Amino acid sequence: MSSAQFVGLLIGGITSGSIYALVGLGFTIIYAVTKIINFAQGEFVMLGGLLSYILIHSAGISMVPALFLSILIAAAIGAAMYLLAIRSAKNASVVSLIIVTIGAAIFIRGLAGQLLTKEYVRSPSFSGEQSISVLGARIDPQALWIIGTMVVVTIILHFFLTYTMVGKALKACAINPVASSLVGINPRTMALIAFILAAALGGIGGVVLAPFTMLWYQSGVMLGLKGFVAAAIGGFKSPVAAVFGGLLIGVVESLAVWASWGPFSSAYKDAIALVVLLLILLVRSGKLAEEERTG
Amino acid sequence: MLARLKRNWLYLAIAAIIAFFVLIPFDWFLGQYATLMIFIGIYSIVTVGLCLLMGYTGQVSLGQAAFFGMGAYVSAILSKTYGVNPWLAMLIAAAMTGAFAYIIGYPIFRLKGNYLAMATLGLGLIMWILFRELSQFTGGPDGMSEIPSLAIGGFVFNTSFRRYFLVWFFCLAVLLISQNIVRSRTGRALRAIHGSEEAAESIGINVTQFKVKILALSAVYASLAGSLFVYHLRFVSPQSFDFMASVKLVVMAVIGGLASVWGAIFGAGATHILSDELLLRFGGWDVVVYGLILVLVMIFMPEGLFVKLKEVFERLRLRYRQGGTEP
Repeated sequence: MSSAQFVGLLIGGITSGSIYALVGLGFTIIYAVTKIINFAQGEFVMLGGLLSYILIHSAGISMVPALFLSILIAAAIGAAMYLLAIRSAKNASVVSLIIVTIGAAIFIRGLAGQLLTKEYVRSPSFSGEQSISVLGARIDPQALWIIGTMVVVTIILHFFLTYTMVGKALKACAINPVASSLVGINPRTMALIAFILAAALGGIGGVVLAPFTMLWYQSGVMLGLKGFVAAAIGGFKSPVAAVFGGLLIGVVESLAVWASWGPFSSAYKDAIALVVLLLILLVRSGKLAEEERTG
Repeated sequence: MLARLKRNWLYLAIAAIIAFFVLIPFDWFLGQYATLMIFIGIYSIVTVGLCLLMGYTGQVSLGQAAFFGMGAYVSAILSKTYGVNPWLAMLIAAAMTGAFAYIIGYPIFRLKGNYLAMATLGLGLIMWILFRELSQFTGGPDGMSEIPSLAIGGFVFNTSFRRYFLVWFFCLAVLLISQNIVRSRTGRALRAIHGSEEAAESIGINVTQFKVKILALSAVYASLAGSLFVYHLRFVSPQSFDFMASVKLVVMAVIGGLASVWGAIFGAGATHILSDELLLRFGGWDVVVYGLILVLVMIFMPEGLFVKLKEVFERLRLRYRQGGTEP
C-alpha cells in the first residue's frame, strides 16, 4: 500500500469517526444527566441529513438557513421525545426505559420514511465537488467540513459545559442529582436540556454528513450503534473521551479494509466496533460494577 | 358443588376459551391458523427462557436472538450440508448453544444493569454479522433453503398441521419444566438474587453460578425454538436474528409480565399477532404504529399487559362477587 492510500484511508476513518464522535457526545450527555441510554440517538443524524436535503430540494430554501433549520427541527424532536415519552416513564426500570427509547427510535424512523422520503438522498456539497489533494491522497472537501465541524462543536461544547451557568448546572446534575437539586437545579429541566443538546449534536452530524454519503431513513440504526460504542469507550462520562472513542472506531474500521486475512474480510468492519465494545466492558467490569452499586 | 362451580366459573370459562383456541386446527382455518400458532409456540419457548432470566433473575439480555439464530443455523447447516439426522442436529445445536452461553456467562455477568444490556446487545449483533458474513457455511444474506424436515420413522412433519402439534408439544414441555424450576429451590434462589444479590450471597447462594446456569437454560430454549423455526420454514436467513428480533423477544417477555411463565405465551402471542398480522393493515405506517405502541405500553403498563389484564379481571371478579352477595 502506498502512503497516499494510507493517508486516504486515515482521513476517511477520521471523517466517519467524527460522525460517531458527534453521536457519542449525545449518548454521553444524556447518560451522564439521566442515566438513560438513548437508543434513538442515531435517528437524529438521519433526521438532520434527510431534513436538510428536503428543505434544500423540495422547499427551495437556500443552503445555510436550511442547515440551521434542520438542526433546529432535530433538536425540537429531541425535546418532544423527552417531554412526551421519557418524562412520563421516568420511574420505569432499566429495561422499560431501553424499550421506550427503542420504541421512540422506531417511531421517528417510521415517520421519516413516511413523511420525508424513502429514497437514498445526497445533499449538495458545502464547497463544491472538486476533490483536493492532501499528501497525495484525493479527498472530498466535505470530509474536511465534517472533521472541522466536529472539532469546533467539541470545543464549543467544552466551553459551554465549563464556563456557562447552564453548562455547569448540567455537570452538577451529572455528578450528583440530589445535591444539585438542593442548590436549586431542577434535574428535569437539565434532562430536557440534555436531550435537546444531544438531538442537536445528532442533527449537526446529519447535515454535514448528508453531502458526503448517501443517507436514507434507515441510516440511523448503524450510526447510532457506532456512536454508542464511541460513548462506551469513553465510559459514558467524559465528552472528550467519547470523541476519542469515535475517532478510534472510525480509524480502526477504515484501516481494517487492508488488514483482512483468511476468512476475516472487510465485511466484518461493522463487527470491529462491537468487539472493541465487549473488550472494554469486560476489562472495566470491576470498576463498572462498583459504579453501579454506589449509583 | 354448584357454589364451587359458580366461584370457579371464570376459570372454567378461560380454560374453555384456551381449549377452544388450541383445538381449532382440528376443524377449520387449517392452514392459516396452524401457521400463526406455530410461530406463537416457537416465540413462547424463547420468551419463557427470557422470563426466567429477566423476570425471575433480574438480568437483561438484548441479544437473545443470537441464541435463537445459533439453534437455527447449527440445525440447518448440520442437517442440510452434512446430512445429519434433523433430531440429532437439533440436539447438537441445543448443546452447543447452551455450552456457548455457559462459557460467555461468566465474564458477561460481571456486568450489571445498563452495562449488561450493552454487552448482550453487542454480542447479539456480532452473532448476526457472523450469520451474514460466514457465507461459505450460512449462505450469506440470502440464507439457506430446502432444509430437510423432521420425521419420526416414516411420519414426516411436512404439513403445518403436523408441525403445529410438534411445536406445541415442545412448548408445553418447556413451560412445565420452567414451572417446576420456578417452584423449586432453584426458583426461590433466583428470586432471592433478583431481590438483592448481596443478601442472596450472604445466605449461601452462589449468585454467579445461578445466573450463568439460567442464561444457559434460556439459551437452550432459544436454540430449540430456533431449530423448530428452521424445520418449520425450511429456510433460514440472517434477517430473522437482527437487533430488532432481539428487541421483539424482550418486548414479548415484558408484555407477558416477565415474572410469569404462563404470561410468556400471552406476551409472545400478543406481540406476534400485533407485529405480524394487525400492523400489516396500516400499510407503510406499520412501523410508526409499532413504535408508538411500544412507547405507550412501557409508559402506562411497565409491568406488562398480562399483569394489567389480570388486575382488571380480578377487579371485575370482585365486583361480580359483591353483586352476588347483595340480595
